[in-house]
Amino acid sequence: MSLRVELLIPEIFLFCWAIMIITADLFLIKKNKSLFLYLSQFGFLGAAALVIITPSGPNEVTFNFMFQNDGFATFFKMIILLAGFMAVSSSFETVKNGVEHPGEFFGLVLMSAVGMMFLVSSCELVSFYVALELATIPLFILASFQKRYLKSSEAGLKYLILGALSSALLLYGISFLYGMTGTTVMITQSITLLMNAGKIHYGLTLALVLIVAGLGFKLALVPFHMWAPDVYEGAPTPITSYLSVASKAAGLAALARIIYGIFTVSTASDYWGILIAVLAALAMIIGNIAAILQSNIKRMLAYSSIAQAGYILVGFVAASQMALSSISIYMFAYLFANMGAFAVVVAVSDKLKSDQIPDYGGMARKSPFLAASMTVFLLSLAGIPPLAGFIAKYRVFMAAIENGNYLWLVLIAVATSVISIFYYARVIKEMFITERPAAENPASERGWRMSSAITVAILVGLIGTLVVGIYPQPFLELAETVTQAFIY
Amino acid sequence: MDSFSFPILTLMIFVPVVGMLILAFLKQNQLGAIRSVSAIFSGIPLVLAIILLINYNPSGGFQFVEKYSWIPALNISYFLGADGISMPMLVLTALLSFISIIASFGIVHRAKEYFIFFLLLQIGMTGVFAALDFFLFYVFWEVMLVPMYFLIGIWGGPRKIYAAIKFFLYTLFGSIFMLVGILILYFFAVEPGTAGEAARNLYTLDLTVLANMAQNANGLFLREGLQLLVWMFFFIAFAIKVPVFPFHTWLPDAHVEAPTAVSVILAGVLLKMGTYGLLRISFPILPYGTDYFSKFMAVLGVIGIIYGALVSMAQKDLKKLVAYSSVSHMGYCLLGMSVFSHYGQQFIVGMSGCMFQMVSHGLITGALFLLVGVIYDRAHTREIAAFGGLWTKVPVYGSLMTFFCMASLGLPGLSGFISEFLVFIGGFAKYKVLTGIAVIGVVLTAGYFLRMIQKIFLGQLNVKWSDLTEINFREIFTVTPLAILTLMIGIYPRVLSYMMDNSLQELSDKIINGVNIVKGILG
Repeated sequence: MSLRVELLIPEIFLFCWAIMIITADLFLIKKNKSLFLYLSQFGFLGAAALVIITPSGPNEVTFNFMFQNDGFATFFKMIILLAGFMAVSSSFETVKNGVEHPGEFFGLVLMSAVGMMFLVSSCELVSFYVALELATIPLFILASFQKRYLKSSEAGLKYLILGALSSALLLYGISFLYGMTGTTVMITQSITLLMNAGKIHYGLTLALVLIVAGLGFKLALVPFHMWAPDVYEGAPTPITSYLSVASKAAGLAALARIIYGIFTVSTASDYWGILIAVLAALAMIIGNIAAILQSNIKRMLAYSSIAQAGYILVGFVAASQMALSSISIYMFAYLFANMGAFAVVVAVSDKLKSDQIPDYGGMARKSPFLAASMTVFLLSLAGIPPLAGFIAKYRVFMAAIENGNYLWLVLIAVATSVISIFYYARVIKEMFITERPAAENPASERGWRMSSAITVAILVGLIGTLVVGIYPQPFLELAETVTQAFIY
Repeated sequence: MDSFSFPILTLMIFVPVVGMLILAFLKQNQLGAIRSVSAIFSGIPLVLAIILLINYNPSGGFQFVEKYSWIPALNISYFLGADGISMPMLVLTALLSFISIIASFGIVHRAKEYFIFFLLLQIGMTGVFAALDFFLFYVFWEVMLVPMYFLIGIWGGPRKIYAAIKFFLYTLFGSIFMLVGILILYFFAVEPGTAGEAARNLYTLDLTVLANMAQNANGLFLREGLQLLVWMFFFIAFAIKVPVFPFHTWLPDAHVEAPTAVSVILAGVLLKMGTYGLLRISFPILPYGTDYFSKFMAVLGVIGIIYGALVSMAQKDLKKLVAYSSVSHMGYCLLGMSVFSHYGQQFIVGMSGCMFQMVSHGLITGALFLLVGVIYDRAHTREIAAFGGLWTKVPVYGSLMTFFCMASLGLPGLSGFISEFLVFIGGFAKYKVLTGIAVIGVVLTAGYFLRMIQKIFLGQLNVKWSDLTEINFREIFTVTPLAILTLMIGIYPRVLSYMMDNSLQELSDKIINGVNIVKGILG
């Protein structure tokens, strides 16, 4: 198999760009923080453009299956890059107050994106593991970037320790797979397992459980979710949003590669379905109920994103092409709504210096734009038509119902989505219904002004949410095509 | 048969969007402009509704059809049309929306947002009655929740937040069951093949196609047990909206806390969406389930009639009284529709009683809520006991109120009588005992309305209200059309029945045919 470096051009570009940004931080004496922001925005857009022009398909494989640039990978790379773009766009306020080394901050975001891009492309377990570490190690640093803020350091430390634990679990699972098949290439593994179907039953189940647990930590699935609310709360908000979308997308794609790529054809397929279904049910129930109790909006969104991962898994269990395309479209819809919601949180916390939900009271009058955008994002997360989240949920439920065995899971999903509206509506209620008496200081009565960068992030989220919701056809078609060639 | 090339239904649904956009650019204090823009953009659909009525051909079938591919990947189309069942609802929606907008001119607090939400509400409601694709129907069904939440939550009474979230969660709870039902239909409804040909799945949510599938004599289109399950899912969704007896608890809260115009819409249009859903979706698509559960519907309907009336009698709050009377009156709808035909004779009396009740309850209760609003604006209380002898002060108001109370309790010559009468005739042929019990409801209704009139308008004038002002011109203007229509339908019911007779006949044939097919197959 020939070496086809051209398939890696987007990753190489983004990597070099990240190094360039970090280095520039050393040499620029007079720190212009927004310059770094624009540079990293350009990095993400440039990489996205390169991803589009890079050949993509089931045969675009190189480095002995370590890197496969199929449609599925391309789709998830676009999600990761868009999430990265929106995250850095909403970083202006954060960087302005208290980030001393903007070059490192943005460089690490880019670096982590490189890792995620490799992760969604890797079809071989060693490169898979290396990519996973490349994606998460920068995130440990980023989570603790606000050094003077105690909760940020706590977030970084927690994330690091649990990240290490989960990596160990994952590696252990991978070692079992290697032991049983003698190879680390996924496709060869799946063939070996298929040929020996029925012979290596228990070891395979053990490997499956370990790998799901390891990735479960990365995806913040219940019961591996304990780190998520603390880390989400402590990390700088743009990093939280990046964590909740990009890292989830990458983890999901990785899970799909392993489960659909290795286990589906073998005997273990009888087991993974119910395992994932139970995880999905737990995530939806625990995530949604715990979210009701939160008064900090970042923690609330953390639990909400735990629940959202549960909905994605509802589609995942169906084990069909429709399942893959449904989780792809879900991730796409989730990207806009969640990144948008966090961008609004950044903008609001810059003005209010608070992330408490009751402090959002009467916000609609200060900034109708922010309040209306937040409402759209939250309703999309709740799955109210005609927003993107509805199409996504519809698609995911479709996949599960088509399978026929998971009607109970869909019923849990719809019931918990009613619960979810309760806490989303609470934020909407604060913004629109609660009215504040006029402040003594007339200056604070004026409407809010936001940086143009964050406005861009919010607008991207709004447009995405509305367009995918009202005219989903091209996106559904795209998700359909990119998953067609996936091996399962 | 459709020669109407002009996309009239689309315009009817989406014209208010233009109004919303214009409103968004107005300033909060330009009250005059805000009011006229919203009146115009809610008036245009009314004009269109009248054009619709003029061009309507009462011979049955769907008219004004518009069908465009919307999401081919999921086989979903943008499919609109109107028949005899949706026509009266479309007109009623347009009329009540316009009247409610006029009745809301008194809103000053955050007026701009109020009217934006109101127009959005109108879009959702009109869409529900015009949609012929299940997905589209569901989208409109849900779109309406959000503005309703805000309208109750921002402009409501003291317990507005509780009422708003209760309404939102309750309705959403119902509609998710509908969503699951939709997906089951999508995947498991098959077109039974003719002899030697395998059944095939059409993967469609087109309501007309689904209804035809249920008419196919070559086999079951949805497995027996699954059909009953789906019917139950839909019923939960629709019953919450109606509201049918055990699901009614959101209604008194929402009605009492909502501002006047929103109560009008709630009672006049939203409740009908439930019964309309049953007639449009459950009945033709799931005839076997409908037949299986018809007695169950009738029992729930009768419980609703009696329970609603009894609870109304105990109310001290005028608005709560009218709200519970809705529970009672919607019970008639349920009883009427559960008699989809006399067995043997192809009469459709019960169902047309249900349709009459939907329209007349919309007109009458809408007007009653408007009138309750009128007195509340002046007296700032709705406690029945606080009034007394008001007739001397406000004779015009008193006579209007009495007129609508009489209409509501079923005085012959007014529309309420026609509907109750038809429901009873239809019901008696099938459920003798149940209908007998339901008739008691009429007496109870007369009881609470007459007692209310007596306590508020007759007797000694409570001196506290000696400077109460009479109903003003704008308020009279809002209830007059409703009064005229109530009278018109009461005296000459054909103005309504000519529209729907053929469609109801078709529906009834479909159910009976569908049931016979299923019974034939199942033995």
